[in-house]
Amino acid sequence: MSLSLALVAILIVAVAAGWFGFARASRLRTASRLHSLPSYHGAYAALWAAIPALLLIAAWAPMQWRMVDQAVLASPEGKALPNFEMQRESILSEAHEIASGEREQGFNPQSSTIAPRIRAEESRFAVMGGAAAILIALAGAFLALRRNSAEFRARTGVERWAMVVLFAASLIAILTTLGILLSLLFESLRFFRLYPAQDFFFGTEWSPQMAIRADQAGSSGAFGSIPLMWGTFFIGAIIAMIVAVPLGLMSAIYLTQYAPSRLRAWLKPILEILAGVPTVVYGYFAALTVAPIVRDFGLSIGITSASSESALAAGSVMGIMIIPFVSSMADDSIAAVPQAMRDGSLAMGATKSETIRKVLLPAALPGVMGGVLLAVSRAIGETMIVVMAAGLAANLTLNPFQSVTTVTTQIVGLLTGEQEFDSPKTLAAFALGLALFGITLLLNLIALHIVRRYREQYE
Amino acid sequence: MSAATQHPSSRWTDEAMTRRVRRRYISERIFRGTGLAAISLSVLFLAFLLWNMGSKGIGGFTQYEAQLPIDFTKTDLFLDPAALKGPDARETVAGADLTTALSSAAQAAYGRDAAEMFSDAAVEKLTDKIVADPNILTGSTTLWLPVGSKVDVAAKGNGDPAAERVVNLLNQKHALHRAFNMQFLTGADATDPSSVGVWGALKGSFYTIMVTILLAFPIGVLAAVYLEEFAPRNRWTDAIEVSINNLAAVPSIIFGLLGLAVFLDVMNLPRSAPLVGGLTLALMTFPVIVIAGRNAIKTVPPSIRDAALGVGASKMQVTFHHVLPLALPGILTGTIIGVARALGETAPLLMIGMRAFVAAPPTGISDPATVLPVQIFLWSDEVDRGFIEKTSAAIIVLLLFMLLMNGLAIYLRNRFERRW
Repeated sequence: MSLSLALVAILIVAVAAGWFGFARASRLRTASRLHSLPSYHGAYAALWAAIPALLLIAAWAPMQWRMVDQAVLASPEGKALPNFEMQRESILSEAHEIASGEREQGFNPQSSTIAPRIRAEESRFAVMGGAAAILIALAGAFLALRRNSAEFRARTGVERWAMVVLFAASLIAILTTLGILLSLLFESLRFFRLYPAQDFFFGTEWSPQMAIRADQAGSSGAFGSIPLMWGTFFIGAIIAMIVAVPLGLMSAIYLTQYAPSRLRAWLKPILEILAGVPTVVYGYFAALTVAPIVRDFGLSIGITSASSESALAAGSVMGIMIIPFVSSMADDSIAAVPQAMRDGSLAMGATKSETIRKVLLPAALPGVMGGVLLAVSRAIGETMIVVMAAGLAANLTLNPFQSVTTVTTQIVGLLTGEQEFDSPKTLAAFALGLALFGITLLLNLIALHIVRRYREQYE
Repeated sequence: MSAATQHPSSRWTDEAMTRRVRRRYISERIFRGTGLAAISLSVLFLAFLLWNMGSKGIGGFTQYEAQLPIDFTKTDLFLDPAALKGPDARETVAGADLTTALSSAAQAAYGRDAAEMFSDAAVEKLTDKIVADPNILTGSTTLWLPVGSKVDVAAKGNGDPAAERVVNLLNQKHALHRAFNMQFLTGADATDPSSVGVWGALKGSFYTIMVTILLAFPIGVLAAVYLEEFAPRNRWTDAIEVSINNLAAVPSIIFGLLGLAVFLDVMNLPRSAPLVGGLTLALMTFPVIVIAGRNAIKTVPPSIRDAALGVGASKMQVTFHHVLPLALPGILTGTIIGVARALGETAPLLMIGMRAFVAAPPTGISDPATVLPVQIFLWSDEVDRGFIEKTSAAIIVLLLFMLLMNGLAIYLRNRFERRW
């Protein structure tokens, strides 16, 4: 609460410093020629007041709850808490909820006794952080305003700040990548400490139900990822591509080579709509409409194991979703083939389709292949269609009418439900995420490499 | 002589030649036909998908109402009309057992099968009526009330036999009609499909997307400006470019895992809140905006920069006074498309716990909330048949929003984008 008050105070200091700098520079202007416009003098002071203080608050806010917890645990009330970590954590989190007024009373009476302590420590740390930030804002404003003079190059100062902000904005990309890598790696390492890595990567049995009590039967907790990898590959790289590649490629050929321009002007946006439909809609469509049709078809041709959560239903709908993607990649590659090759073929008397099949497609093949790899990477990372239409049963099967499960389905399955952050189930989701991240990254790099080499060939 | 037999005849008058040419033209037509079939099939898929959702979901916007004669003097409500004044009236009425009163009135009017024909939505409406006019409690009256999910589904064509009988009886007495379902647009999630609504989810989506836009748009534009206009050619810049291109291709569920590990576990931000959802989606949308922004900035011709530099503007002034305003329409188009994608995103939000049952619309960015796509996912999991049309109706609402945003992007592109 008082951190947001400090935020308001910092903004007030910044505005005041800005106005003060502007006013002083305007007065100087009547006496002598300024290097920078008065508005730059104002902005200079305001930036020096605001940015360091805001940085401090941004660093302080996420740290504060840890410091509060430490202080509470060090206090006499905190020392009385049980030593067992999980119990202590749950009492603490209850006490936090009581302190913030989210609930009246905890299950454990101790949480009520330490709630006032938490409230006190919270306000103490917030006042500390807030006061430090306001002091820094005032100091920044003071230092900046002292340099206010006719010769002072305020514009250069402001632009230097702007440069810092620009650079910081683009650093977010690296920070996000690092954040993904570190969080996945860190949690995966914790998982591999509980469960051997070679069993995870090469095990063929997946049944993540863990025994809660030691004497419970039938819950081995096996985390062999091979069935999931197969299911992912089967749905995303085989079934979906059997649907998407011919349709996408032929659509692109028709659109670029044959369609009259007015028809193309209509068809292209329609394909784009197909790409813009949210995946949850495709998932619902697959589960509610396509899956029963596929199952009935399977039963009618005598496949008794046909499931209503078949790989075929999920894969074919995913293929439909990918069509526009394949089509636009193929479109780009075909357009990149030099006009001279096409003209040469036509001049030799080849028909249009012969030119396309024997000249354009072979020349565009690397680009198309790269596009297909990108499409595969997108398909195996797709979540909602498989969550809603594919099952949770980890089968190693070639039968498209049977149910298979995928990496993304299992991640969702493992992380929704009761969550203990340290249980192997939760951590296994991160290990799966790491595998998924690695595979899609690899596919993308290969695809981009192929596409780039191919582009260079014709440039 | 042997050469003539090896090479096929190339004289146009030869029959072999005409046959061959005809064959080639046939295969040309087949190829062309295949292309047309492929694109038609894709368009047909889209049409079927939209028609499928539309025909299933349109019923969700309407709700059957039944006429119910109710004699309040025979019910055991123990409500005194004179006491029902002032702000507490609603609470007093809600405390009375209206459900039983409705059930017995329905049985009296339409027989045993009708005992459970009304549900929470009807109770809600009856409460409103009593609060508005307490005097109806003194006598008997006839009201139109929304029927429960079972009867509603039966009236729309596929219910169980008991509900079917009630519908037939009601139809005979002309006591059933279809009305617009206001509750669906103004309500939030509920356990009974006849009283669910999308307003709560829409509000959650709004807060989430606001957080996303407020973070991703400025940061994305600034990063694009830096990379296009200022970045020196060095290893840092390469690292930034590589990460942006990779992030754009990372599966969305990975961003959910990142949000779970960083925002919830390390930073201890509130679970299920639009704040965390918006942060996660912002990280996902940011690379899209950077890529769109760079492309838009690239199209601004160098002559503009040279002219501004020539009259003495600094590099920063050139960028922010001239290049950026000219590139803005292109950046906005890319941003809207990226935000539309974030609006339809489900998987990362499931990871950070936005799948809780939230019966009250959120009032801020740190309240527990759900968003429209997640709501669709949650309803699709329900077993009650009444949820099928509600799910499809919510999909119609979502698709309308997507269409609106993409339409806006296309309008901006056509209206403001300049070709140099």
